[in-house]
Amino acid sequence: MAEIMYWEALQRAHDEEMARDPLVICMGEDIGVAGGTYKATKGLYEKYGPLRVIDTPISENSYTGLGIGASFLGVRPIIELMSVNFAWLAMDQMFNSAAKVRYMSGGQLTAPCVFRSAGGAAHQLGAQHSARMEKVFMGIAGLRVVTPSNPRQAYGLLKSAVRSDDPVYINEHELMYNMKGDVPDGEYFHPLEGSEVTRSGTDVTLFGYNISVHWNLKAAEILDKQYGISAEVVDLYSLSPLDREGIRKSVSKTHRAVVVGEEEAPVGVCAEVISIINEECFFELDAAPVRVNSALVPQPYNHTLEKAAIPNAEDVVAAVLKLFGRG
Amino acid sequence: MKLEDKKRVLREMVVHRRFEERCYQAYIERKIGGFLHLYPGQEACCNGVMEAARPGYDYVITGYRDHVHAIKCGSDPREVMAELYGKETGSSKGRGGSMHIFDVKHRFMGGYALVGGPFPLAAGIAKGIQMKGGDEIAICFLGDAANNQGTFHETMNMAALYKLPVLFVCENNLYGIGTAIERSTAVVHQHKRVCGYDMEAAETDGQDIEKVYEAAKTAINHVRSGKGPYFLELLTYRYRGHSMSDSRGYRSREEEEMWKQRDPIFILRDRLIAEKAMTMADYEAMEKEVDNYIENEVIKFAEESPEPKAEELEKYVFADRESQMPWITGKAA
Ligand SMILES: Cc1ncc(C[n+]2csc(CCOP(=O)(O)OP(=O)(O)O)c2C)c(N)n1
Ligand SMILES: [Mg+2]
Repeated sequence: MAEIMYWEALQRAHDEEMARDPLVICMGEDIGVAGGTYKATKGLYEKYGPLRVIDTPISENSYTGLGIGASFLGVRPIIELMSVNFAWLAMDQMFNSAAKVRYMSGGQLTAPCVFRSAGGAAHQLGAQHSARMEKVFMGIAGLRVVTPSNPRQAYGLLKSAVRSDDPVYINEHELMYNMKGDVPDGEYFHPLEGSEVTRSGTDVTLFGYNISVHWNLKAAEILDKQYGISAEVVDLYSLSPLDREGIRKSVSKTHRAVVVGEEEAPVGVCAEVISIINEECFFELDAAPVRVNSALVPQPYNHTLEKAAIPNAEDVVAAVLKLFGRG
Repeated sequence: MKLEDKKRVLREMVVHRRFEERCYQAYIERKIGGFLHLYPGQEACCNGVMEAARPGYDYVITGYRDHVHAIKCGSDPREVMAELYGKETGSSKGRGGSMHIFDVKHRFMGGYALVGGPFPLAAGIAKGIQMKGGDEIAICFLGDAANNQGTFHETMNMAALYKLPVLFVCENNLYGIGTAIERSTAVVHQHKRVCGYDMEAAETDGQDIEKVYEAAKTAINHVRSGKGPYFLELLTYRYRGHSMSDSRGYRSREEEEMWKQRDPIFILRDRLIAEKAMTMADYEAMEKEVDNYIENEVIKFAEESPEPKAEELEKYVFADRESQMPWITGKAA
């Protein structure tokens, strides 16, 4: 085990997969000579050259389509969309081509592509650079969606995504690239499906994914120390498919659920998780499940407004206390 | 250009330069957040074109490198700076930030963060002008790398097809973030790209404001007289990194020095001195006066302005609800 940063974990996964298989390539804006906006492809251009580490023009939909087309012939592209906000432009190809081609060709073709992008609100990046779009991706049949909350997952999920024959979208977070964490020294493939119990508890389950796992861990600490409430923290690193069984198991144990996501509430990941709770274990519940989300506003630039728009650990604590009638 | 105009524009360009340099400092002091894209090096582009246009009358739209374009259209630099500080007095009430300066009263239709996004918006504004029958034009300032978006081609086709009164100004600074143009684009000279749409186009030196002005005059005459769109490419260079997080490792210091020898402000200044319209001492005094203005008025205003209130987080998401009640309830009188 070595403690490395999230971006280093991604870089290592790229490097290992490219070293192993000459058909693994990576492409995106400023990923080559410049080494990548968040350094996930640092040093790869020097090592593998311009045929395999492709600096693309700012043509998101078309370079994504180009990568998908190459994947039809067995190339395994890792396509970086610099920010999830720009992925909107590539969604036509991701959804209409990559996600559907296996089905509509009756299994003749497949698009084993990996799409990665940074999402989430960072520091005052404003309305057009702060989107949380995992909800959009997870509604598309034929596309896997995973979202690593730490360097180990970032490394292992990318490795598995490259090997998978399905298209996989990896949702990263602008604020997490410098986060440190332990990553196994040997090769490690993180499961593309499932969930992880990050902290075990008995009174309430805090569901989260990506950055909200960290708010939940902090909230669980506060709940334990200050209120004597034992919270279980579940990390839903796979958003599509969601881990129904993992969700059922935890709620059957704690009988209460708070679902936390940085997204805005409507049509969201959290809404989906609560539907699953209702479908799987409604009669196990001691209280109606609730969600903690961002305000439904275009992300404001001003930092006071920005903070007001995004939830945090204190909001999670407040939601839990309310659930226990202690708000 | 007339002598008095040249003297006025020289001062304006110095304001633009100092404003941007002061932003750099304020960003380091963490007064400004988010992404910050600065304009030094490219001043003659915006100034030359807008001198040939009618600022505040013609509509202007651009990308994220937008402070100077707004100011040139008539925005109060104090309000632009207040926006960068995220203040309630900012041009977008602190909600937009550096990449989203808007000042519609001066027909500055905004800065947008998605590369290529403004192309169709500019054509749409031109369509609006066409519908309303005015003699305004729409001017779209974007970079070179933006031309690799699909919206570029799709918009050029429609603008030519519908003969829209829109001038596309391509500020070709040879890079899109850290990627040199010849590594992202099959043709370096961008004006060649619109010949497929039979659009009038020209290229000129973007560092010499008089050349920009002359080229823009021709372009704007064409557009304003109803002959359809025009594409003007200006060869220029940005001195600083793409945004604040950029250490410029992708280009050489020699290349930067070469371009600094062709500084748009110094070219005009030296010409005015040679024409005996001013002395070096006059110029230096003006620079000082500008610095004082930026510090004592612009920065002071931004510093002293109030923050937006957290309770007003949802203000501006929708139109004022009261005014919309007939449609919201379906009970129109
Ligand atoms: C759709 C989209 N893709 C990528 C980006 C990231 N990005 C911001 S600016 C930029 C380069 C644009 O270069 P150019 O058009 O030449 O303008 P310049 O910054 O040089 O003025 C890129 C890739 C973005 N903002 N939007
Ligand atoms: Mg450029």
